[in-house]
Amino acid sequence: MIAAGTPAPDFTLKRADDTDFTRADLEGKTTVLVFYPFAFSPVCTDQLNLYEEVLSDLHARGATMYGVSCDATWSQTAFKESLGVTIEQLSDFEPKGGTCRAFGAYHPEGFPQRALVIVGPDCIVRWSYQAPSPDDLPGANLIFDALDA
Amino acid sequence: MPDASTPVTELRSAPVPEPGPGDHVRGVHGAPFVVEYADFECPFCAAVHGRLAALAVRTAFRHFPVRSSHPRAWAAACAAEAAGRQGCFWEMHDALFADQGRLDDPHLWSRARTLGLDLDRFEADRRSDEVLDRVRRDFHSGVRAGVVTTPTLFEFSAGSPQRVDPDVFAQRLSPR
Repeated sequence: MIAAGTPAPDFTLKRADDTDFTRADLEGKTTVLVFYPFAFSPVCTDQLNLYEEVLSDLHARGATMYGVSCDATWSQTAFKESLGVTIEQLSDFEPKGGTCRAFGAYHPEGFPQRALVIVGPDCIVRWSYQAPSPDDLPGANLIFDALDA
Repeated sequence: MPDASTPVTELRSAPVPEPGPGDHVRGVHGAPFVVEYADFECPFCAAVHGRLAALAVRTAFRHFPVRSSHPRAWAAACAAEAAGRQGCFWEMHDALFADQGRLDDPHLWSRARTLGLDLDRFEADRRSDEVLDRVRRDFHSGVRAGVVTTPTLFEFSAGSPQRVDPDVFAQRLSPR
């Protein structure tokens, strides 16, 4: 898992409209990346629903949250719309898991770890967290502990 | 940049608050005490409610509505609080869990009518900032305590609060 104090790596993810989201998109703002294993899986569903509920509290701190998985953009969009959440989704579909690997958040069985990374406006990782297992849902309190430290 | 118009709520980790006068509490005095974070639109919460109702337990109910999972959860929570302002929190709580398929506004008004509430006051209260803040207070305390889903139970009977599995907890209780 990428450590706090480390510069964010170069990476390319896909937005829903098929445009690129890269390291340059992290510049100038605080970013919370939520790496999650699978769209439509039960824990990921609970996780995005919970984080959506505190999204205004993240925005109040100047932070922007993104969901990251290896699902295709179409699947991520369907997941987002099915849940009714607004958290933008970023796809690490091809090359599969390339960004997850760059952040040290790729599970050996071929999907993203359940992990959180906060990157500062200077593109330096401020905080990172990997759940003990993909079945564990990190509380939103952990994100606020890191943002308000 | 931070949105200066939005107040920043304290959401860093904190222990689950001790039950106090601001909580909704009922049950058998001297029985095991549990604080429940729940959502009126959550079917698992309704199941736990039904199970605990038959057992000797003392319960404090706290709201943990998550609207993208349950679009009417906040409205239902505010309805319960508004009923509580007329002394009928638990009656509304039970009526909401009894029929989770009917949580639209007319269904809430119907419950209020059945409970004999002043409807104008109920309607004003459930939309008030005070009631919304009351629900938020519970939700935020749950977030700070690391609640991630509903129902989440904390037992306060012995020493520091312990998170308990509802099924395991219920098995330890005696019939009411």
